[in-house]
Amino acid sequence: MLSRSDEIVIHVRDLRMSYGAKAVLEGVDFDVRRGEVVCLLGPNGAGKTTTIEILEGFRMRSAGHVMVLGADPEHSSEDWRARTGVVLQSWRDHPRWTPRRLLTQLGAFYEPYSTPHVERPMDVGRLIDMVGIAESADQKIVTLSGGQRRRLDVAVGIVGRPELLFLDEPTAGFDPHARREFHALVHRLADLEQTTILLTTHDLDEAEKLADRILILAGGRIVADGSAEQLARRVAVAAEVRWSVRGETFVHSTEDATGFVRALLAQHGDDVADLEVRRASLEDTYISLVHGYESGDRTTLDHVFAEAG
Amino acid sequence: MASRSHAIRIGLRGGWIEFVQSCRSAQDQGFYLFTGLLILGYLVIRRDDRVEGTDLLVPSVSLPSILGGLLVFGVIVGPAYGLAMAREDGTLLRFKALPHGLRGYFTSQLTLNSLGIVPQFLLILVPSFFLFDDIMAGGASGWLTIIWVIVLGTLATMPLGIIIGAVVPSMQKVGTWGMLPVLVLIGISGIFYPIQQLWGWVQVIAQIFPLYWIGLGMRSAFLPDSAAALELGGSWRTTETVLVLGVWTAIGLVVAPIVLRRMSRRQSGSQVEAARQAALQWVH
Repeated sequence: MLSRSDEIVIHVRDLRMSYGAKAVLEGVDFDVRRGEVVCLLGPNGAGKTTTIEILEGFRMRSAGHVMVLGADPEHSSEDWRARTGVVLQSWRDHPRWTPRRLLTQLGAFYEPYSTPHVERPMDVGRLIDMVGIAESADQKIVTLSGGQRRRLDVAVGIVGRPELLFLDEPTAGFDPHARREFHALVHRLADLEQTTILLTTHDLDEAEKLADRILILAGGRIVADGSAEQLARRVAVAAEVRWSVRGETFVHSTEDATGFVRALLAQHGDDVADLEVRRASLEDTYISLVHGYESGDRTTLDHVFAEAG
Repeated sequence: MASRSHAIRIGLRGGWIEFVQSCRSAQDQGFYLFTGLLILGYLVIRRDDRVEGTDLLVPSVSLPSILGGLLVFGVIVGPAYGLAMAREDGTLLRFKALPHGLRGYFTSQLTLNSLGIVPQFLLILVPSFFLFDDIMAGGASGWLTIIWVIVLGTLATMPLGIIIGAVVPSMQKVGTWGMLPVLVLIGISGIFYPIQQLWGWVQVIAQIFPLYWIGLGMRSAFLPDSAAALELGGSWRTTETVLVLGVWTAIGLVVAPIVLRRMSRRQSGSQVEAARQAALQWVH
């Protein structure tokens, strides 16, 4: 991506958060560089929303160091606010407004932040086309479908042309078609507007499609950090071999599938049937990773992270 | 500074848009009509009755008091509900995410709620002039008094509504925390019957709060000077009215922003999500 630079936009070190006695984040570390699309992936309740709300400046952290666009979000200024865009999980506001009215009204707050290079707010007509809500732009918001509402939320998030956009579970409740359209929109934003994007999801497939880099959050820590390919390569080295001999089925996990199959055929020859070799996918790794954390089995996981590097 | 005044201008526009939307909404029209007809109906039934021991007609005395009560109810309960709802449906967070957004939001709510009493007042006042005799004894100076009582009364009480809306745990609690105390205060503030009929200590409580004084100010605007004899101390006590309402305004202008800042600092998306889940529970 052309816009990618080494400038660090989000810097998080040893971020901790507890609600009463319950610790949700137990030392989260990561960086996001300008122009990156980074996906925070994890099961429900892993602390994704908590993390993103701390970065947005909507929640006070318990401890740790956080810098977003060069400022601590807890003590950020209104000018800082103008550089960020926020799309939250559940909005049900402004039912009597139309999308066009609301975007015009909310966009107006960015007028003082317009520069000769970056015109703010974004032209509302263009924005409506961009997020694909042209057909309902003049309907009351209360009559919009869930998917249309979500796209309106995204439009509100980007109307001020933010340098950094936060998306919390942006496609929750989308049908497959709406989801694909939304993914295209995120790509457009990253490519055309050079927006840095941090989004949360519990959908691995979505993370794989959208993100330059995936951060897996489980048990209050970032347990894996890398591109989808990197994670799949580093973590999922094992393959699964299935076969049957005279009607009896066997399964074996191995790191050298080719060698194992060669030996297997040499031993049983023509008796081997239904042979199947499957490389463990990122999904298998993710599920076992998350499952391990949820059942409290940390030793195996720490082993996996060590492998993941 | 420029972006602050800019946000206030946007807020004024937003408040006006919401006011127009409210005037067009069947739900709001229904509410205005219902309360309007209820009040006019009561006044029509008693249109020829006179207040005991005087030659004043009941509608002449009741109308200003009722308008005072409506004003207080509107500018306390309206913003309390509005703000409690904004905390739950995400409106507040929407504005928090904008530069100077909360400044704009509160400007729009003050605009909306100040304008909100206009249709209700017109709906009751205009028919009253046709239906009843001796409504406005004060003439031009009476109208002037109405205006300053409305403005000062709004300033004195709207911060209370905003504070209630900022501290209630949920929208369903606005009834218990907001509406109930306001109705009790309206009950003891001489709006529906003379305050002298109540115990001395209740009269003291009523006179601490702004509601009694707003009703008194409204009566001083509509009624002839001779009617002041019916009031406590036999006078309209205009100086005291300005003083009490002024003190409440000052308190509100100091306390409300502090409470609002505290409340909006605590606002987060998870709270909105929790409220959504709770609302779904209510539906099921």
